[in-house]
Amino acid sequence: MSTQQPILEARGLVKRFGHVVALDGADLELYPNEILAIIGDNGAGKSTLIKALSGALQPDEGEIRLDGERAHFHSPRDARRAGIETVYQDLAVAPSLDIASNIFLGREVRRRGPQGGLLRMLNKGAMRRDATRHFAELQIGVQSMTQPVENLSGGQRQGVAVARAATWAERLVIMDEPTAALGVKETGQVLDLIRRVRERGLPVILISHDMPNVFAIADRILIMRLGRRAAVVTPLTHSMPEAVAIMTGAAPEQP
Amino acid sequence: MNTTDTATADRPDRRPSVLDLTLRVLTAPTVGPLIALVLAMAFFSLKSDRFLDAQNLSLVLQQVMVVGVLAIGQTLVILTAGIDLSVGTVMALGQVVMTKLAVDNGVSPVLAIAVGILVCVGFGAVNGGLVTLLRLPAFIVTLGTLNIAFALTHIVSGDLTFSGLPSELLFFGRTFTIGHANFTYGVVFMLVLYAIAWFGLTQTAGGRHIYAVGDNPEAARLTGINTNRVLFSVYALAGLMSGMAALLLVARTELGDPNAGQTTENLDSITAVVLGGTSLFGGRGSIIGTLIGAVIVGVFRNGLTLIGVEVIYQYLVTGILVILAVSLDQLTHRRLA
Repeated sequence: MSTQQPILEARGLVKRFGHVVALDGADLELYPNEILAIIGDNGAGKSTLIKALSGALQPDEGEIRLDGERAHFHSPRDARRAGIETVYQDLAVAPSLDIASNIFLGREVRRRGPQGGLLRMLNKGAMRRDATRHFAELQIGVQSMTQPVENLSGGQRQGVAVARAATWAERLVIMDEPTAALGVKETGQVLDLIRRVRERGLPVILISHDMPNVFAIADRILIMRLGRRAAVVTPLTHSMPEAVAIMTGAAPEQP
Repeated sequence: MNTTDTATADRPDRRPSVLDLTLRVLTAPTVGPLIALVLAMAFFSLKSDRFLDAQNLSLVLQQVMVVGVLAIGQTLVILTAGIDLSVGTVMALGQVVMTKLAVDNGVSPVLAIAVGILVCVGFGAVNGGLVTLLRLPAFIVTLGTLNIAFALTHIVSGDLTFSGLPSELLFFGRTFTIGHANFTYGVVFMLVLYAIAWFGLTQTAGGRHIYAVGDNPEAARLTGINTNRVLFSVYALAGLMSGMAALLLVARTELGDPNAGQTTENLDSITAVVLGGTSLFGGRGSIIGTLIGAVIVGVFRNGLTLIGVEVIYQYLVTGILVILAVSLDQLTHRRLA
């Protein structure tokens, strides 16, 4: 895998908040077709790293490369334009809008001709059909694209958020604790969904506290400690206790 | 996420059953207000045989048009989970500016109207600017501009009433007859504004974004919607609606009166929106509901007058009405959350 060019690469990212150093030279590589999990104790810099990669904040030092080319994200919009979509833990959907509207929120499709150009009319049919197709591809079952998201279960709502990310991501999807708000069964369903996103050819960066799930789903696991990469392990080479030991500093780092 | 149940997802255009349709009609957001309207009309027609008179019903519509237009702007603002307390006094300022310019300063009537409307849009823009740039609560900002507009109305007019208005300012007060009922062009204009608002809210991306910003502002921002622009626009549009309402008020009263439109119109516009089923928590509601809500307010005012209830009790009744409607909103919101 390491002979391939990474899709996303971060080198020596530093981010300071006053006297607090949240990122202290963090590195990361994401390769095609993999699920890379990021784990770490609270305050290890996971969230800050993810925010830097998704454009939510700008690192003070270091560089981010996409397919080998230097990238600068001044806002989440920049990252999105570069093909990076992010799924947040707190079910970032608009509950009173229907599923299709949520998938296309901020990227609505207009009708052709003067109806779309002059009157700016939405092409609701096309959006519904596209949303239906994406849901079928990801095997998310819902009764109708026109039901409001608030009528869905938590897992289904997160399914909508993941489907939206998978629909628009051209390079990769970042998922920040996507199962933190979910029950056991729903968590399993979202994990299945994450695998299917990878099967469609999109690499995934997954931040999670849930060790068993991380070991069940990840191809590689990046362990953060004190704002830096402590080690990169795989579920095949390391056990869960070994990973935890690196995470807490009980075992030596293996950068 | 029921992974075995993908069959239905493949057929988005499957024909809804009769039961589906019945449920959809009964739970549609505009049905509750419509039932309330029918009940109110039934009540007043029992109490007064003049109420259902075509002449009286067309009078109700004429009385409704000013509050109805203000309520359009109020709906847009409330859909974003905001509130605009200033729409009534901004309208009062707008009509004083229009009539004073046309009568006292000899400005051409069309220009006078344009300046009056622009003043209202300006107030809306100030509201929107303070809410978005300084992140001040809409309640306090618009309470402030309410008082500023109130003061300016009296300062600009010198507490004088302007009469003898040129015909352009009275156009929307002209009537045409269908059957035995007279309709003003103002009522038609109000309905056109409602049609435009309905189209914008339901058929365009901008409308979706208004709902999304009120529903979950953080999610809206993360999907790339410029939430500040949406918020600014709804307050500016509320200002524009105040300007339109000013024009209608002038046409109806044939006066520029500094005391007009300052007492009941603010609360009535909010009452209309809430009675129309739009949630004060944002993200839920419909413009058609607001139209029905505005008519309910008008029916109450007209009906109570017809059966000889003193004006002061009308305040009492609308006060109770709005609290009832808000309580209902709170209860449904809790059930959903």
